[in-house]
Amino acid sequence: MNRQITKLAVASLILLAALIVATTYWQTWASAGLAEKQDNAIQRVAQFRIKRGVIRAADGTLLATNVRRRVDGQTLYYRRYPTGRLFANLVGYSTEKRSRAGLEQSENAYLTSSNANLGTIFNKTLDKLKGVTITGNDLILSVRPGIQRLAMAQLAGKCGAAVVMNPRTGKVYALASQPTYDPNLVENHFNLIKAPGAPCHPAAPLLNRATDGLFTPGSTFKVVTATAALNSHKFTPESTFDDPGYCIEYGKQVSNAASPDGPVEAFGRVTFAQGLQHSINSVFCNIGKAIGAGLILDYMKKFGFYKDPTLETPANEKVPSGLYHGGRLFFPSNPATQVDPGRLAFGQETLAVTPLQMAMVASTVANRGVAMNPQVLDRVVDSGGKTIVRVHPKELTRVMSRTTADQITSMMVDAVRDGTGGAAAIPGISVAGKTGTAETGNSGINTTWFICFAPAENPRVAVAVTLENQTGFGGTTAAPIARVLMQAVLSPRSKK
Amino acid sequence: MSLRNRELLNLVVVGTLTALGFASVYIARQSVVSTASLSYAAFFLALYLIAHLVARYAVPYADPYLLPIAALLTAIGVTEIYRIHPGDAFRQGVWIIIAVAVFAGTLIGLRRDYRRLESYKYLFGLTAIGLLVLPALPGLGTTVNGARLWIHFGSLQFQPGEIAKICLIVFLAGYLREKREVLAQGRLKDFGPLLVIWGGAMLVLVETNDLGSALLYFGIFLAMVYVATGRVLFTAIGLALFLAGSYFVYTQVSHVHERVTIWLHPWTDHKVYCALNGRMALRQDCGSFQLVKSLYSIASGGFGGTGLGKETIETSQGHPLIPSLNTDFIYSALAQGLGLIGISALILLFMVFVLRGMRIALLADDGFSKLAGAGLTFGFAFQTFIIVGGVLRLIPLTGITLPFVSYGGSSVVANFVLLAGLLLISNRANAPRQA
Repeated sequence: MNRQITKLAVASLILLAALIVATTYWQTWASAGLAEKQDNAIQRVAQFRIKRGVIRAADGTLLATNVRRRVDGQTLYYRRYPTGRLFANLVGYSTEKRSRAGLEQSENAYLTSSNANLGTIFNKTLDKLKGVTITGNDLILSVRPGIQRLAMAQLAGKCGAAVVMNPRTGKVYALASQPTYDPNLVENHFNLIKAPGAPCHPAAPLLNRATDGLFTPGSTFKVVTATAALNSHKFTPESTFDDPGYCIEYGKQVSNAASPDGPVEAFGRVTFAQGLQHSINSVFCNIGKAIGAGLILDYMKKFGFYKDPTLETPANEKVPSGLYHGGRLFFPSNPATQVDPGRLAFGQETLAVTPLQMAMVASTVANRGVAMNPQVLDRVVDSGGKTIVRVHPKELTRVMSRTTADQITSMMVDAVRDGTGGAAAIPGISVAGKTGTAETGNSGINTTWFICFAPAENPRVAVAVTLENQTGFGGTTAAPIARVLMQAVLSPRSKK
Repeated sequence: MSLRNRELLNLVVVGTLTALGFASVYIARQSVVSTASLSYAAFFLALYLIAHLVARYAVPYADPYLLPIAALLTAIGVTEIYRIHPGDAFRQGVWIIIAVAVFAGTLIGLRRDYRRLESYKYLFGLTAIGLLVLPALPGLGTTVNGARLWIHFGSLQFQPGEIAKICLIVFLAGYLREKREVLAQGRLKDFGPLLVIWGGAMLVLVETNDLGSALLYFGIFLAMVYVATGRVLFTAIGLALFLAGSYFVYTQVSHVHERVTIWLHPWTDHKVYCALNGRMALRQDCGSFQLVKSLYSIASGGFGGTGLGKETIETSQGHPLIPSLNTDFIYSALAQGLGLIGISALILLFMVFVLRGMRIALLADDGFSKLAGAGLTFGFAFQTFIIVGGVLRLIPLTGITLPFVSYGGSSVVANFVLLAGLLLISNRANAPRQA
């Protein structure tokens, strides 16, 4: 029997050796991947021993900091958000009970010093050996609290979002979403997070509407259609159209939108440029039919639709813009038969876009046709004050020629000077803008928009404002908010 | 150096390590635990010195490594249990005293000739089944985590399956010793009693949902039949039957199907039906919750571990982060605390124990001793593989204790009986021949 016993012994040892191999796998190869899992409560709780890096706005205002607390003989670092609701949807929270959200989630590696920079690894190992508290890296954002405060105040009591960015660098100055919540309540008073009286259902205060909210763009989308039509040389700003007040699609009349001044208007003989200036649906309906849905979709992709924007917020808090079918992003394999080109051209069809994406559209025109990656992180600084990462502006792509950009800019300037966007006009500064009033299916209830940039000849700020459940129009509800935000950035006094 | 003096020396080393372990937990958790924890090490050393003296008297020629390894494994277990739940460590300590008493009793009672047990083999076989049936009896059994494995007398709980395992090994060793030649020739009728007793045990285990033990018994059975007959064919047929049976059970029993699904796909990106509460949930928040949390624990240990006492196993409010940490998942807690280096050393301890056990079976000069030695040792190794392999997602997870380490009285007692058995066989094999 000894031969069999020897073999059984070998088999037993192989079984046990396999355990060492499997343990090695989990503790070395797989451990980094597991540490990043959202439901890894062990990692999360363990990270409360780390003195998390702070988060600051561009002017140094503290947005997230730590509170030391002794628990069972250990020092734990809990988060506190001095600005409360102001940056809640962007900065997010880091809690023991409800995990993390916002930049606290997506930039967790930097904040806990578990990023792969050589210097960070060295410092962290040294701290570990010395037995001192590990300190995370600090984040400095590009946001300006002054602008953000203004944006949140302008949106207060409404449901909507505003994005303010630098069109030339893609750096975000303000990313506002209302209703919002107090991140200091998440750990122990999550049940108090409600938004009573918000004029939308569900109020969803945790939702970052600027990046994660999907809305029908309405006429703001005409900027995308115009780009496709002009940049492909199928039309010029001087091309003329006959506007009977409606356009005929599939044998049916599609009327122009009602105007703030009265019922549906018919403009008669107009140019392409006047079509954008007065936001005439029939003109764009005919442009859409002429250039086809395929071409518009191509330009949408260039503008960044159908992709998650590069903004540093977590992947689960941002959505790509585009056509949606049954709640899912839909890219037609055969646009000619699957998409209604006329309705697409003036921003209805099944389009759903984020305010961030429409801010990118305005920025691209402002930046003479080059789309920039939107960014909110400016730099990462280690605990010794040394900058370890600086986020440089990055081009997404050139969407249109300079000429096309200039042509659209001048049409948008006309729209503010003498068109639908008059409420955004700033004395002494030429503002380029486009209104949007999207039908929601409930008659009389609209999603209103305004996208704009200024000064038109040398743009320094681009803005997108969206409001849900409005009875008014983009030009009367969203445009005044956009004006206030542009003025705030352009005012020589406010550098904040 | 004599064998027993070597054992004594090893035990002193174990005592020192135990003291270090408790000191580590004490330093890390000063604000929570008291200095009394440091007395645990002294208490353990004293207890094992008594065990050593009994061994000196009853089995002077036995292997000198097994008792110290068992002592170290229980000490590591109690240290970790102490870190997880100090109250449980005290109860475990009491069980270890009982276990050492049973160990001493077994050694003394069987010191002259344990081989007379062979003549009671059928009694052992029937006892095994009887013990397994006990928890299923109404009024006596208790259901824990969907498996009915426990019996209770008042506040005392006991899992008779652990003892049944040893009885079954004694039965198999006796029966196979007697019938090995005819079995090797493949005479079917001789398989009768074997299959009746073993099949009865399997049936009870499947009925009570104790899949881990069922797998263990199956492994022990195949291994011992192989050792006795030397026929690989039997093992192959057995394995084939096992795989076919497993597949059948997998398709028919939803409980088993669920276990396998959890094993194959512990994480889901979208919500799936959660059988626990009847709602939709990510699988990592539902069925595979335990497994996933245990993997996080192992992974967070990394190379060097957090150190005993510094493991993250609960929230700052004291809510546990990993379920059943004391018993099924004690390996996950240890892997976090000791890191890859320490936990590999722990597995090496198990390997040395297995090597010494198999060596005892090799050195024994009669069939019953060889079969019993190999059976007990393989049972020990395979049980370790089933629980740790399950925790490591190497095989589907089934709840079973980690020998000597897990919290659980019956498990500790049974493993000390197993240890006594190996020492008795070893003593007989090493003893100088008397004319």
